[in-house]
Amino acid sequence: MRISTFFYCLKQGLKNIFRNRTFSLASIGTITACLFLFGVFYCIVVNFQDMVKEMESNIGVTVFFQEDVAEEEILGLKDIIELREEVDSITYISAEEAWADFKERYFKDGDPGILSNLDSDNPLEGAESLSIKLNDSSKQAELVSYLRELAEVREVNASETIAESFTNFSRLLSYISLGIITILVAVAIFLISNTVMIGITVRKEEIAIMKYIGATDIFVRGPFLVEGIIIGLVGSAVPVLILRFLYNRVIEFVLTEFSVLNNLLTFTNVNVIFRILIPVSLGIGLGIGFIGSYGTLRKHIRV
Amino acid sequence: MIALDNVYKTYSTGVSALSGVSLKIRKGEFVFVVGSSGSGKTTLFKLLLKELEPTSGAIYMNNKNLGRLRRRRIPRMRRGIGVVFQDFRLLKDRTVYENIAFAQRVVGKSSRVIKETVPQLLTLVGLADKGASYPKELSGGEQQRVALARALANNPPVLLADEPTGNLDPKNAWEIMKLLEEINLRGTTVIVVTHNKEIVEKMQKRVILMSNGVIVSDESKGGYTYEN
Repeated sequence: MRISTFFYCLKQGLKNIFRNRTFSLASIGTITACLFLFGVFYCIVVNFQDMVKEMESNIGVTVFFQEDVAEEEILGLKDIIELREEVDSITYISAEEAWADFKERYFKDGDPGILSNLDSDNPLEGAESLSIKLNDSSKQAELVSYLRELAEVREVNASETIAESFTNFSRLLSYISLGIITILVAVAIFLISNTVMIGITVRKEEIAIMKYIGATDIFVRGPFLVEGIIIGLVGSAVPVLILRFLYNRVIEFVLTEFSVLNNLLTFTNVNVIFRILIPVSLGIGLGIGFIGSYGTLRKHIRV
Repeated sequence: MIALDNVYKTYSTGVSALSGVSLKIRKGEFVFVVGSSGSGKTTLFKLLLKELEPTSGAIYMNNKNLGRLRRRRIPRMRRGIGVVFQDFRLLKDRTVYENIAFAQRVVGKSSRVIKETVPQLLTLVGLADKGASYPKELSGGEQQRVALARALANNPPVLLADEPTGNLDPKNAWEIMKLLEEINLRGTTVIVVTHNKEIVEKMQKRVILMSNGVIVSDESKGGYTYEN
């Protein structure tokens, strides 16, 4: 394609958009709505996943052993368990450490004197444990049943339900958003193709003349393609800008209004989100614009 | 050279528009195609532009077999044919200058070339001072001149005119004909599809008379021997 042809198409495409203002705006609006929702869901899902991951790293499995199992045996088991795929990390907590931890947790402000009397006669004797963290909370049940099979193991503590319901909720949210976005993308493509269709109808005469003069398909279609793509890009840039503007404000709002949650929730950094969201949104916008206009053109403009 | 070899055209509705048309038009000829409506003139016109495909038979345009021409080659083929219509078909939202320049822009000519040739074309059709006007500010005759200038913009070897004088008064019609003759004298093959009896009589050119999809007469210096 010649440079002059490119600029011609660009100029005519922009002209089409302005000439066809109402429909162009409607198309841009739909894409904006679609990608805004997409962005919101994306932010929520990513934050959710991050929170789940954060929680998963706190949630773990604690294994207690029969009283006659020696420390060396436990450490041997630790090495074996560590080899399992779903295990992220594993820590041995001796009876002394467990006691120190207990004191620290429950008698922080109390008189340590009473308790220190017990130091030489550890009440938690035999309560040495292995604390296991998983890299994938969905594998927790599997690990737990494996551990329970072991002869040396007396008890396994695990908080399965929380992790599972969190994962399920995040998955559900992804599915719902995917469904809504699919519908909106279809609507957006339909609207763009309508906008382009109107442009074609309005310029029917001009197109006929162009074909008689010997214009190539590219030359006739170019302006409409440009129209669709620009509508798509504008429609995707607007929601990204709005979201970028809102993101930190919403987080700030949540944290000040619900300060209880401060320690519970960790939000994903704005840059991490937008590093993905910006190119993906623009890509979707471009795709919608291209598909919407190209499909119509193929159908209605042939030499 | 333009040639039709035993061309048939039947529309999907079952209407038979051309039934075995064969003809040859040499380079540089001036030819009238006449006949009543429904005689097949317009179908012939559209076949030459490859807007329609013949049901059978072969069509050669500028020595190329149109039946063998690939779809994406059609634009290039059409650049070798200038077209003029009864209703002018100018772009109403653009000036005379822009309308003519548009034809050159479509084929990718540079702005430098366009700036050079548009005034020449305007002078040729006698509208040197009308470049900045819009089509609606011009008379019918002037609009048809603009259409002619546009058809000639890319220097095509063939000029096809479909009822070019159909919307014009006799004086303007005659002027357009004189212009077509002048263009013909410069070496362009000119084919005029028309109803205009007086003009055909006066011009004394080759006349191909069509009726019901066949050529009924083909005279080298004919009048309009139009029979029902």
